[in-house]
Amino acid sequence: MPSPFIIDRSSVTQVMAWVLAALLPGIAVYVWVFGPGILVTLSLATVTALAAEAAMLKARSYPAQPFLTDLSAVVTAWLLALSLPALAPWWLIVTGTLFAIVVAKHLYGGLGQNIFNPAMVGYAVLIVSFPVQMTQWAGPLELTAAPLTLAQSASVIFGGDVSKATLDAVTMATPLDSLRTGLLQQHTVDEIMTQPVFGHYGGIGFEWLATAFLLGGLVLWALRIISWQVPLAFLAGIWLTAGFLHFFDAGRFGAPWFHLFAPSVMLGAFFIATDPVSGATTPRGKLIFGLGAGFLTIVIRTWGGYPDGVAFAILLMNLCVPLIDQYTQPRIYGGAKKAKAPPA
Amino acid sequence: MLAAILVMAGIAVAIGLALGWSAIRFKVEGNPLAEKIDAILPQTQCGQCGFLGCRPYAEAIAKGEADINLCPPGGEEGVKKLADLLGVEPKPLDESHGAPKPKSVAFIDEQTCIGCTLCIQACPVDAISGAAKQMHTIIAAECTGCELCLPPCPVDCITMVPIAEDLPHWKWKHPVVMLKQVSGDSSA
Amino acid sequence: MSRELFKFKGGVHPPEHKTESNARPIHAAPLPRKLVIPLRQHIGNPAKPLVNVGDRVLKGQMIGEADGTISAAVHASSSGIVTAIDLQPVPHISGLPDLCISIETDGRDEWIEHGPLDYRTLAPADLRIRLRDLGLAGLGGAVFPSAVKLDPGATQHCPTLIINGGECEPWITCDDVLMRTRADEILQGVAIMRHLLGSTEILVGIEDNKPEAVAAMHAAAARMDFAVEIVVVPARYPGGGAKQMIQVLTGREVPSGKLSTDIGIQVFNVGTAYALARAVHHGEPLISRLVTVTGHVLRPQNFEVLIGTPMHTLITLAGDRDGTTGVLMGGPMMGMPMPNLDVPVVKATNCILVQSAELFPPLPKALPCIRCTRCADACPAELQPQELFRFAKAADFGRAQEYHLFDCIECGCCSYVCPSHIPLVDFYRYAKGEIWTREKDKRAADLARERHAFRQFRQEREKKEKAEKLAAKAQAKRAELAAAPDAAAPSEADAKKALIAAALARAQAKKAGTVPKNTDHLSPGTQQEIEEIEARRAKIRELAHQPLESEEKP
Repeated sequence: MPSPFIIDRSSVTQVMAWVLAALLPGIAVYVWVFGPGILVTLSLATVTALAAEAAMLKARSYPAQPFLTDLSAVVTAWLLALSLPALAPWWLIVTGTLFAIVVAKHLYGGLGQNIFNPAMVGYAVLIVSFPVQMTQWAGPLELTAAPLTLAQSASVIFGGDVSKATLDAVTMATPLDSLRTGLLQQHTVDEIMTQPVFGHYGGIGFEWLATAFLLGGLVLWALRIISWQVPLAFLAGIWLTAGFLHFFDAGRFGAPWFHLFAPSVMLGAFFIATDPVSGATTPRGKLIFGLGAGFLTIVIRTWGGYPDGVAFAILLMNLCVPLIDQYTQPRIYGGAKKAKAPPA
Repeated sequence: MLAAILVMAGIAVAIGLALGWSAIRFKVEGNPLAEKIDAILPQTQCGQCGFLGCRPYAEAIAKGEADINLCPPGGEEGVKKLADLLGVEPKPLDESHGAPKPKSVAFIDEQTCIGCTLCIQACPVDAISGAAKQMHTIIAAECTGCELCLPPCPVDCITMVPIAEDLPHWKWKHPVVMLKQVSGDSSA
Repeated sequence: MSRELFKFKGGVHPPEHKTESNARPIHAAPLPRKLVIPLRQHIGNPAKPLVNVGDRVLKGQMIGEADGTISAAVHASSSGIVTAIDLQPVPHISGLPDLCISIETDGRDEWIEHGPLDYRTLAPADLRIRLRDLGLAGLGGAVFPSAVKLDPGATQHCPTLIINGGECEPWITCDDVLMRTRADEILQGVAIMRHLLGSTEILVGIEDNKPEAVAAMHAAAARMDFAVEIVVVPARYPGGGAKQMIQVLTGREVPSGKLSTDIGIQVFNVGTAYALARAVHHGEPLISRLVTVTGHVLRPQNFEVLIGTPMHTLITLAGDRDGTTGVLMGGPMMGMPMPNLDVPVVKATNCILVQSAELFPPLPKALPCIRCTRCADACPAELQPQELFRFAKAADFGRAQEYHLFDCIECGCCSYVCPSHIPLVDFYRYAKGEIWTREKDKRAADLARERHAFRQFRQEREKKEKAEKLAAKAQAKRAELAAAPDAAAPSEADAKKALIAAALARAQAKKAGTVPKNTDHLSPGTQQEIEEIEARRAKIRELAHQPLESEEKP
């Protein structure tokens, strides 16, 4: 075994563990805003992901150690779970997680080989296949009459005996969905924004969630686990695109701040777009990747068929990664532009 | 109507002229495919493929008259490169034309050599120097290891010496990174 | 001190482990009974042996002469008898042997006649030849022949001379200790370099983790009659790399694929400067050097070691311990594992690092690359190691070259930071080796193709010449026959027949004369082989008689 003979203490497991830790503030806020149902969703997704990972590793004759314990499957499971509606039925969670791990991760070659972000593939499959279930969110506790307990949430998720009336009382459309519906009904943005669900700037509850994810993301950046380019460029892409549209027709296009703090943007900016495997690797490439994803998010939110565009935007930019990387190769020490013949 | 016909005809003529011009301007001399195949062949000129040398074999492959797996010195890697170039499935080496051997150079035992010049005539790359009734010697740097000098030698004084790995020729091996428990099919 | 410093991109800061070995004074390693001196100790052509087995050699006697410009001589490190000139194990990771001169020492350590050189009066070219013959090579690790580097080239002027006291690799302290104890001689060597290169600016870069060395060099610099600037640079691996040192001290980059002299900068290691001073002021060839012996030994320290001393004697001197798992030549970042401990200390041996499971735990298993680009952040050459790895692994060497594989300095920073613990540098070394081999094979194939084509052309030409000659001869004969009126007027056809018959008789006679004599007693194997080959030749001959269509219709 040749040099070097010493290594830094970092490991893939450590990187993944930090990502999970940085998600905890967001999860805490989630519980506070939407009730404890998310804990059931997270657990179910985690168990499904680990089981699928173990089965796939066995099928592909890879050792469980270190692949199962590297926590990458758990990260995928948590990101997907946090993107799903609160109180999504169990089969939705299991289907999405299975698709993410089995198809998006392992059929592409496993850890490090997937060209698409597995969690976003899982999400995209679900929203295309089950649009109704995917847009019915448990409303923020402030707006619901009778908040569900952990046991009740579990019961809802596993399709237990919960009366439809109870369910209707706790679920409602997301702010983005409300905006879309409102616009389709020829209301102006200002009129729509007076609905209670919109809160201060990003949707009631969702804005706190976004802030918590932002904090977790800043921690990851401080630890140099993620680079600053992707989140900044992603947020800038959203802010600039939304701001441009809002500037021209404030009546038809939401304010940039609303778009930044609406569901999934902060999670996407700091935890999903920064996925190294499916993202761009060069510094300039990361900026382009983030800007592109931000731009596409607003385009899809505004003109697309689905209320939110983060998942599709990131998947579309994943497709462009090889091209982006190839054309943004940085200058090297000594500034060689072209490859040379090898020294004799 | 007439204008449309004229425009379309004009475009057709213009494109035709451009095509014709580029056919003359960018005309490729010789047989480019055979050149490319020849560049892959190892140039031992040994004739084990049944052709008179690497170039005739390359031309035969280019015309589809010969298979790509007839060259033992090129080995499996050579077959694979040819398959890549021609866009066909690689196939195992045809053992009837000989098996790949470690790279060797011919060596003349100078005590036994009678100076008959037969090997000089047989060498496809003129890598043997000597004259009638004078001792011959191999120019090792130019010897391709084709073995064509072995049969004509009346006193059997030529042997093939495999090229041993020494320090200046040593190279790093592919690092062994074992990810799988058992050696499977897909790479990790 | 007021000098503005620059930063190089990337780099890492592994634990330094310098204090283990830099506190003890330098010990002279005792004279071993047998010295093994490799002829290839420097970059370039190996030295050519000058002595024969059985010769008595004196300490400092040249036993191998430089072969060509980029080469250096080797010398007997002590007096004794040459016992062998053969392949011996050398300190190389492959474990392959190389040509060495073995000397049985006689214990008298008798010097050959030697004396100082007056470098100021000697012509620079002559001085460089003397230095080459004194075996000087860079002691920082690359062992490039110093005489070549001391040639300023056509401009006769290399404005900036940098003396590298970086020593950024963990564990190694030989340069540190050398600067602490022999600062004056180092600067005397620098004076000679300055003379040869015509440098006006002289900078000595020392990492800030060596305050004693900095102080000693400052004091020595004050005693010099020319300006030397001692610059303290932040300790960060690989800050002791020549390119990185240049960047930190001057803010300039050596253009890719060029030499530092192209931008008017030359860099020498402090050890080289010291060896140069010994060579010029005392006439001593490079027969010893400082070697750090550290790691898993009882008394880690620096030794003054004769070139050719077996490594195991040094480990014994430093106190070997149980639980040794391996021995490296060099530091933990770029060092090479030694195949066995009988290998000699050579000019490149700056450190012998003894490993144990506690100091160097086995590296964890490699995981797949997750493209986290930490390697790119750490790469001092500012490459994209994750892409190079991808191409090297896929044997896509062309792409690897496009992504500047050959600008990689193999410092190991990428492997050090990789969270997947991939031996990245290994892949780059492998890819470089493959590219070099393929280039060589391609050159050989091109040569063979060219020679084959020429042979065919020659045969064609000879055939034509022969035919012309024959035609001329026949013409002459016919003319002769026609001119003889008395013969019974043989028809022209008869004349032709006679000619053919004569030729046939000649050919038969010739054929009978050259029957091979070695076909009488053959083993069945040989017989079979000959038959196979005969069959192949027959086929070739047959094919030769039916020209390929391609030849008829080009």
